[in-house]
Amino acid sequence: MRVALFATCFNDTMWPSTPRAVVTLLERLGCRVDFPRAQTCCGQMFTNTGYAAESVPLVRSFVDVFGEFDAVVVPSGSCTGSVREQHAGLARRAGDQGLERAVEQLTPRVHELSEFLVDVLGVVDVGAYFPHRVTYHPTCHSLRMIRVGDRPLRLLRAVRGIDLVELPSAEECCGFGGTFAMKNPDVSVAMGSDKARHVRETRAEVLVAGDNSCLAHVGGLLSRQRAGVRPLHLAEVLASTENAPFTPEGVR
Amino acid sequence: MSRTFVGMPTFPVAAREAVADTQLRRNLGHATATIRARRTAAVGEVDDWEALRVKGAQAKDRVLADLDTYLLQLEARLTEAGATVHWARDAAEANAIVVAIAKDRIADDPTPEVVKVKSMATQEIGLNEALEAAGIHAWETDLAELIVQLGDDLPSHILVPAIHRNRAEVREIFRREMVTVGRPAPDDLTDEPARLAEAARLHLREKFLRAKVAVSGANFAVAETGTLVVVESEGNGRMCLTLPDTLISVVGIEKLIPTWEDLAVFMELLPRSSTGERMNPYTSMWTGVTSTDGRPDGPQDVHVVLVDNGRTTVLADVVGRHALRCIRCSACLNVCPVYERVGGHAYGSVYPGPIGAVLGPQLRGRQGALEQSLPYASTLCGACFDACPVRIEIPELLVHLRTKVVDDHRGGVPTPEAAARKAGAFTFTKASRLEKAQRAATAAGRLLGRRTHLTRLPWPLSAWSEARDAPAPPTENFRQWWARTRAGDAGDERGPQGEGQ
Repeated sequence: MRVALFATCFNDTMWPSTPRAVVTLLERLGCRVDFPRAQTCCGQMFTNTGYAAESVPLVRSFVDVFGEFDAVVVPSGSCTGSVREQHAGLARRAGDQGLERAVEQLTPRVHELSEFLVDVLGVVDVGAYFPHRVTYHPTCHSLRMIRVGDRPLRLLRAVRGIDLVELPSAEECCGFGGTFAMKNPDVSVAMGSDKARHVRETRAEVLVAGDNSCLAHVGGLLSRQRAGVRPLHLAEVLASTENAPFTPEGVR
Repeated sequence: MSRTFVGMPTFPVAAREAVADTQLRRNLGHATATIRARRTAAVGEVDDWEALRVKGAQAKDRVLADLDTYLLQLEARLTEAGATVHWARDAAEANAIVVAIAKDRIADDPTPEVVKVKSMATQEIGLNEALEAAGIHAWETDLAELIVQLGDDLPSHILVPAIHRNRAEVREIFRREMVTVGRPAPDDLTDEPARLAEAARLHLREKFLRAKVAVSGANFAVAETGTLVVVESEGNGRMCLTLPDTLISVVGIEKLIPTWEDLAVFMELLPRSSTGERMNPYTSMWTGVTSTDGRPDGPQDVHVVLVDNGRTTVLADVVGRHALRCIRCSACLNVCPVYERVGGHAYGSVYPGPIGAVLGPQLRGRQGALEQSLPYASTLCGACFDACPVRIEIPELLVHLRTKVVDDHRGGVPTPEAAARKAGAFTFTKASRLEKAQRAATAAGRLLGRRTHLTRLPWPLSAWSEARDAPAPPTENFRQWWARTRAGDAGDERGPQGEGQ
């Protein structure tokens, strides 16, 4: 199976430790992972801000770069959602039937990380070790756009040493919402404050999610409060083992 | 005496004020959490809720696909049953029709007045203000609408228009205002819900018994039979619909459903979604002029005003038209995390919350700054779609409308955002361009040394850093790490073509 990593532009630029963890994890599970360097961005930030026309070349490029792979793994619920739920519509809107067909052929092979592990590789226990108190926030697009369900939690429950605690009102949006965080900062922060409060109520030291953008928002609030909670992507928890445990130094 | 939404500021400006209102936050947080829990329980006990949602959506889509035919069918059935059907293209026409009928019946009364059943359509067209201008008082008889009207306030919720008020505030409004328009509130009025309801009951009773004309909307209009349906839970609607001689119902043309059998589906969907009840308490249905055993029963002068007011424009948009399925249950408001913190007033119209954000800019057009800001008043979290009983894809509609707002502005001088998006898109269409931009980020990361967080960013990023720390860029991005550690791997061979061109 030819597996490609779509790192996503945000992770590639701002949180490289996440796609690195995906590579570590998938190789440990016996996959050969490719990183096609021509990849850029799924276009979500353009599409969701109303710049559909600007997204179309990115849809085309996504198909060109990933079309030949058996599986594309994405460490982001919302970028997976952008590809699977929006790319075909963008191609249709642009009147490009060939592109629409190409998108529809490719999207069933595009998987968010937890989907790939559970559904494609068929593993729940990935051999991880993470001796920390953790709470998990199911990001909205993971939950309600691509419907990953409890896959991330099943993966986390199988991690050795983990102290996994339930997050109150977990399914409520954190208030990030892409450009919403900038266009409506007051409401965004009001929502984020409640999410941060719930995180603190769990007394977890690590807040885990499948989207670094949501984590940057809640994590940014927790950091401002000096709350002593580390936001961390699911991939980095799952990549951690007894022999190579997670270290914060690896983050930067 | 009532205010209107005209001249509201854009959503972010109004929202900023709303999130700072501690009383509002408390009232809304409490009320929405209560209704949410009730709805979840009521929906959860239905065996196949999803199948019911699909049926509801299909019935509405069937009407919308052949709206002209169904409207004529409704008109024929209503006329056969003795009702007079009026057609109104916009708010002004609808108001003029209602005012003319009312004037004709009650102009010579010492205090011309009509009683009103809670109705979104009449609020949308500003009927109370139009009646007031013609010297006719319009009394709202729904408890929450009464609170809003007495308080010279604006509705902030479709189902519970006074959701932003708590009972202490309601008591104050009743004590202060009831005396100015009718029977005063009892001197010893407390803030107990039962006492407040009793005060409203006594205050309204004299109006019900006196009024000659009632104005209502309709939750549903059954095309097959010509039956109008009003769904309410206080009984005030039943009073208005049965006591006066004249009944004028203002009905948006999207309220139609094809058959009597379809109504059964909506009588399951609506109460469970809106109030979290298994069955609606007061459901009134009437077909034109009615009689019992040959004797007149209920209003004998029955009018139905069918209102377009922007709906056919919405219908012309194949994506946007899904918003016309809406049955005004307000489940999307109650589950919306933005609505919960901001309330309804910031949406600047009688239709607040997620459905308001997609209906408003479509019904009223996208010329106003407020209407342009509404599609962005959402995180696209998707809770609204999951709660919607007729499966309106609100997040998809919001994105669709954002695209329209952006496209409206193409061609002129680009906004700073549009210029940034264009530059961004140019960067992202080629990996080589992206790599150049990324090198600037890692250079900044190296300059920042050991700092992992940034606390102050320049405008426009200050909107982020005002309350949130931002991550510092890394010293090495992912593709640099890949090139350093995996050089020669298969992935690397498919590097970007045409570097430097």
